[in-house]
Amino acid sequence: MENRSIVSIADYGKEKIQYLLDMAAEFEAHPNRQILKGKVVATLFFEPSTRTRLSFETAANRLGARVIGFTDPKVTSSSKGETLKDTIKMVSNYADVIVMRHKLEGAALYASEVTNVPIINAGDGSNLHPSQTMLDLYSIYKTQGTLENLNIYMVGDLKYGRTVHSLLMSMRKYNPTFHFIAPKELEMPEEYKLYCKQNNINYIEQQDFTEDTIADADILYMTRVQRERFTDLMEYERVKDAYILKTNMLGKCKENMKILHPLPRVNEIEYDVDESQHAYYFDQAQNGLYAREALICDVLGITLDQIKNDNTIIG
Amino acid sequence: MEQNKENMMVAALENGSVIDHIPTNKLFTIVQLLDLEKFKEEVVIANNLKSQVMGKKGLIKISGKFFSEAEISKLAVVCPNIRLTVIKDYEVKEKREVTLPEKLTNIVKCANPVCITNNEPMKTVFYRKDMETLKCRYCGKEQKLKDIKLK
Repeated sequence: MENRSIVSIADYGKEKIQYLLDMAAEFEAHPNRQILKGKVVATLFFEPSTRTRLSFETAANRLGARVIGFTDPKVTSSSKGETLKDTIKMVSNYADVIVMRHKLEGAALYASEVTNVPIINAGDGSNLHPSQTMLDLYSIYKTQGTLENLNIYMVGDLKYGRTVHSLLMSMRKYNPTFHFIAPKELEMPEEYKLYCKQNNINYIEQQDFTEDTIADADILYMTRVQRERFTDLMEYERVKDAYILKTNMLGKCKENMKILHPLPRVNEIEYDVDESQHAYYFDQAQNGLYAREALICDVLGITLDQIKNDNTIIG
Repeated sequence: MEQNKENMMVAALENGSVIDHIPTNKLFTIVQLLDLEKFKEEVVIANNLKSQVMGKKGLIKISGKFFSEAEISKLAVVCPNIRLTVIKDYEVKEKREVTLPEKLTNIVKCANPVCITNNEPMKTVFYRKDMETLKCRYCGKEQKLKDIKLK
């Protein structure tokens, strides 16, 4: 049987991405359905992540599926020393799809190798988080009308930020121009700059974060600069306020510019920016619901055509 | 002259394997890897032999030993570009340059402590990125061949 798991979307082509975006758009138009009636979705959170879990569980519930699972590994047999393989094998007897989050890198890929039940990777350590990438792509597509030829500014922690790395790779076929704005200690790692060069992706690195430096942005992707990432705390004190987005920095920005943030935010976007027409991070989180509805249906083999001609739509 | 001497050494083996073209600084790593100390049959270990290609080289001749693909892969990781000769009934049955395979299953340990392979009873899988670099199938981290630890 073909394994339909989604462990990574980094190697998806344009066609497949567009297919999933179109699917997400269908779910945005009609999020409540019974298309998964009779299906059981397992959400196995070996590492807690409230935001991602709620989004996946809402997606499953709004499509009529039932949800089983756990939210904390302390209450499961993995705390008694059960292997990941055994847990996955056991749950495979009950569920039609497994959504899993794990602190170890490569856990989702390994899980997909030990079962025929499709796995959706909801984050494996600092490695991959494809549903986040999918919702980022959907948010960009929805607000810009295209994924092609965009100026994407990534700001903050570009060294450890898993979301910016995944986004960078999944945008490679759309001729983007990236601007990496980060303190020296948290700049984009060499391997991703090499990736850009190998894939002919334009990028510009800068440390200044001002009204002028972001004037040309279509997308401003903000991330958190976390204290614990710094080896030199004096350096942290010096840069911590330099990567905060303030309302007065939005004076020169383009009409279509949208601010994205994977959330949770701490202080890197000032609260009054929320009122701006450019703020999009809460809508972005909502798009996560539609993107996850699309991913769950895709791994279950439900096609875009079926979703377009779905007669189980509620309301 | 050197070539003849080498031929004599190989020819003298009735059944077994010869590992040739070993860099001199890797000879004893291989001796250790193959656990030759415990080997009961005839073993010849030579180092600093003259070599036209390498200047100096090491050579190991092991009687009654035929390597499995897994063992050959291990040799390739520790020491790429060695030559392996298989002797049966005093005749050369096979001669091959051992190079780093494209895929290594359960040979190498991942250096990433939070990789699933270091926390679950499972086989590791590495892909060859180039002749000096391996990439873990699971966590995607790359490792230089010189830093590799075997499983």
